Amino acid sequence: MPATGYEPAPALRPREFARWTWRQLTSMRTALILLFLLALAAIPGSVVPQEAVDSVRASQWKEQHTQLTPIYEKLGLFSVYDSVWFSAIYILLMISLVGCIVPRLFVYGRGVRAQPPKAPKNLSRLPQHRELDGDDATLETAAAWLKRKRYRLVVEDDVVRAERGYLREAGNLLFHLSVLIVLVGFALGGLFGFKGGVIVVAKDSFANTLSQYDDFRAGAFFSAEDLKPFDFTVDDFNVTFIREGREAGMAHKFNADLTYQSSPTAAEQRKKISVNHPLHIDGTDVFLLSHGYAPHITVRNADGRIAWSGAAPFLPEDSSFRSFGVVKVPDAESKNGRTQIGLEGEFYPTYAFIKGKNGGPFSAFPDARNPAISMLAYTGDLGLDDGEPQSVYALQKKHLEPIRKADGKPLRIDLAMGRSTTLPGGLGTVTFDGVSRYVKLQVSHTPGQVTALTGMVLALIGLLCSLFIRPRRIWVRTRREGGRTLVEVAGLDRSAGGDLSGEIDGLVAVLQPTTARPPAAQSMAGESS
Amino acid sequence: MTHDQFEVLSNQAVAACAVVYFLAVLAHLAQWAAGRKVSEPVAEQVTVGGGESAPVAVEPVAEDDARMEMFGRIGVALTVVAAFIQFIALVSRGLAADPVRVPWGNMYEFTLMGTWVVVVGYLALYRRFGLSWLSPVVTSFVLVTLMIDVMLLYTPVVPLRDALQSPWLVIHVVAAIIATGAFTLGGMCSALFLVKQRWEEKHAGDATRSGGYLARLPKLEVLDRIAYRTHAFGFPIWTFAALIAGPIWAHYAWGRYWGWDPKEIWAFITWVVYAAYLHARATAGWKGRSAAIVALVGLATLWFNFVGINFFFGSGSQHSYAEPQPTAVVRTL
Ligand code: HEM
Repeated sequence: MPATGYEPAPALRPREFARWTWRQLTSMRTALILLFLLALAAIPGSVVPQEAVDSVRASQWKEQHTQLTPIYEKLGLFSVYDSVWFSAIYILLMISLVGCIVPRLFVYGRGVRAQPPKAPKNLSRLPQHRELDGDDATLETAAAWLKRKRYRLVVEDDVVRAERGYLREAGNLLFHLSVLIVLVGFALGGLFGFKGGVIVVAKDSFANTLSQYDDFRAGAFFSAEDLKPFDFTVDDFNVTFIREGREAGMAHKFNADLTYQSSPTAAEQRKKISVNHPLHIDGTDVFLLSHGYAPHITVRNADGRIAWSGAAPFLPEDSSFRSFGVVKVPDAESKNGRTQIGLEGEFYPTYAFIKGKNGGPFSAFPDARNPAISMLAYTGDLGLDDGEPQSVYALQKKHLEPIRKADGKPLRIDLAMGRSTTLPGGLGTVTFDGVSRYVKLQVSHTPGQVTALTGMVLALIGLLCSLFIRPRRIWVRTRREGGRTLVEVAGLDRSAGGDLSGEIDGLVAVLQPTTARPPAAQSMAGESS
Repeated sequence: MTHDQFEVLSNQAVAACAVVYFLAVLAHLAQWAAGRKVSEPVAEQVTVGGGESAPVAVEPVAEDDARMEMFGRIGVALTVVAAFIQFIALVSRGLAADPVRVPWGNMYEFTLMGTWVVVVGYLALYRRFGLSWLSPVVTSFVLVTLMIDVMLLYTPVVPLRDALQSPWLVIHVVAAIIATGAFTLGGMCSALFLVKQRWEEKHAGDATRSGGYLARLPKLEVLDRIAYRTHAFGFPIWTFAALIAGPIWAHYAWGRYWGWDPKEIWAFITWVVYAAYLHARATAGWKGRSAAIVALVGLATLWFNFVGINFFFGSGSQHSYAEPQPTAVVRTL
């Protein structure tokens, strides 16, 4: 190693290192890379079911992929959009954005009032440059033309300096700052908002308290006291199914009539809600998402006392509204004393049957024309008291035994509407009394929606300015040479897609009306804007 | 006319416009074949013979150019006719539904509308940007896409589902389709940019290379600029469609304005990639080639979102245009 000429690179002191890091982080290249990372990082969320989006599908997926699940869980793949790595990317992006934009804000602030800059010495170096003959009035003519084109002007003895398009940078800054506003709005909704789903059978009521919800998700800063004390009754649910033609079976329109109160003491009001037309009540929205059937089922003990009676919502499984549901009877009786009964099976709004090996019951039409249920019956322990949360739409069969017929086969209860059947073993009777419709509602409160929307609209305005305002500089200089007046016209388009030739041609044509040249060949493929 | 008759009319119009597009493709192929045939000897003459042989070459070139221009005109005229017939197909498709509705309720209709927007955009910019070099690309793209649309995606007319019945649907979908059309055109320019750049690199210093389609493409910087301007036109519209109108509609239809549904995720990805494209064009070292590649990545995400999501994710997306999938509710409280 030569002893001379070698100097060890000075170690970066912490301050310098910090400065270096900051410069890197706020560079355009970093922004570019972070944008790519953000796009890449968003992809897994579209492939792996997300808990926050569809918890049922997520848990189904987990059951089917027992080996991958623990790995995916570690990586946060079931909740990509609040995972550490996704957050890290967008937080870095936002820091980079602030670091990039704030200095530009100051630069812009100092520059708004600035006069068009001095003409470069050598105008012919500029991307657009023309020379022509002029006279004493040339500069005046040029100034008038540029003024009409809304250029900011400085007219001197031998030169006109012109600039326009200051709003472009303003638009760029507005756009980037608005991205932050959108993020704030988004965060407000995520942290303070909630979203709950509930199934309400027609004629039933709902009061806005936690215990009434079937599923409920809320942000970290939400508290149950934030729920507004409203309640409503679903008076009626209307749906029309198309009966004929190839659209037969499609729901044409569905809507629900609600009577609501914004608080227990407030006056009652009515409202028809449908898809795309929610109910707004005290900052909370009630959306109609879908609908289904709730068969009325009554289970009686052998002595005729009612053990359970009610409308049990069944969940539709296909577009014919073949629906799946359960009935849980915690206080039943058998010959041997207290027991519990569970029914599990399907509901068919228009029951039909195909004979044969692959046949079976199905629903021929989604409307309730010939309702029937077909369920298996179980007895034993429903597991309601073991403290584990369980779905109201599934039986936990760990401690349940199928009820069997005399021949030992599991008992299947097939009932048309209005019919009853007797369970073996002194377990009493099951009656299918009738059917109601239910609505699936989503109740949600999303603060920050207006903030996010405002931010997005501002971003769009900023974007339009940033993309379509062309920042341009034009200089016109005259010089006397012998008896002639030589005119130089030159310009610079500072935008990304700019092509100034059309504008310069226009100006030259005005200055030299008689010998106006046709536009240069190259500008044919460009444009004149 | 009855609704059924309108449907038949629409289908016939689609078939008819496909035929006319096909003729337009042929005309443009003839146009560029004419350009290729004669210009090669010309190039040789110029290089070999130098100055004095140039006048000899002028005539075949002029004749050649005249033929090119004639075929070009025929092609554009045919394209105009085809676009008009396609417009009839779109309108009658809307009239075929009962109740009458906008003709964008499923993928078949989106594609029909999208290709039409590409053609109209191309025709509208034809003069301003001197797009004759884009004609063969646009017409054959539209023809192939229409064929795929009819063969694979055809769906009989059905009424719109409830969730789709909103003025925001019209706004959201129109904006999304216009942006898609613009990005598609821009992507074609970026692709041609890449092809021409490669070709120029390969033939650098090769004096006999002139002639043919690639030689007659505009200069690289012009291609790049036209690509940029089409993308810059599409980007705000996409912003509006995907990040303003879409969320507003989703708010009314599903009770949340942004739910990280696969379709929404990919719309977001597309947006981010195109934002990266706009950044790339302003970043040293990324201009030109890299930016063009980013633009094509953006186009890939856009089309994937349009086609792929429905096929690969199916019911996982609320935006799948199939029957509503009832979702189970779990009581966990
Ligand atoms: C969420 C992140 C971001 C998005 C969506 C975004 C989007 C955009 C868009 C669409 C443009 C094009 C506007 C135009 O061409 O004038 C743009 C330009 C620009 N962005 Fe960003 N950006 C982001 C982050 C950043 C960051 C972190 C920086 C700084 C490091 C940055 C610096 C710039 C600059 C300097 C321009 C102007 C380029 C020019 O002069 O043409 N951006 N941005």
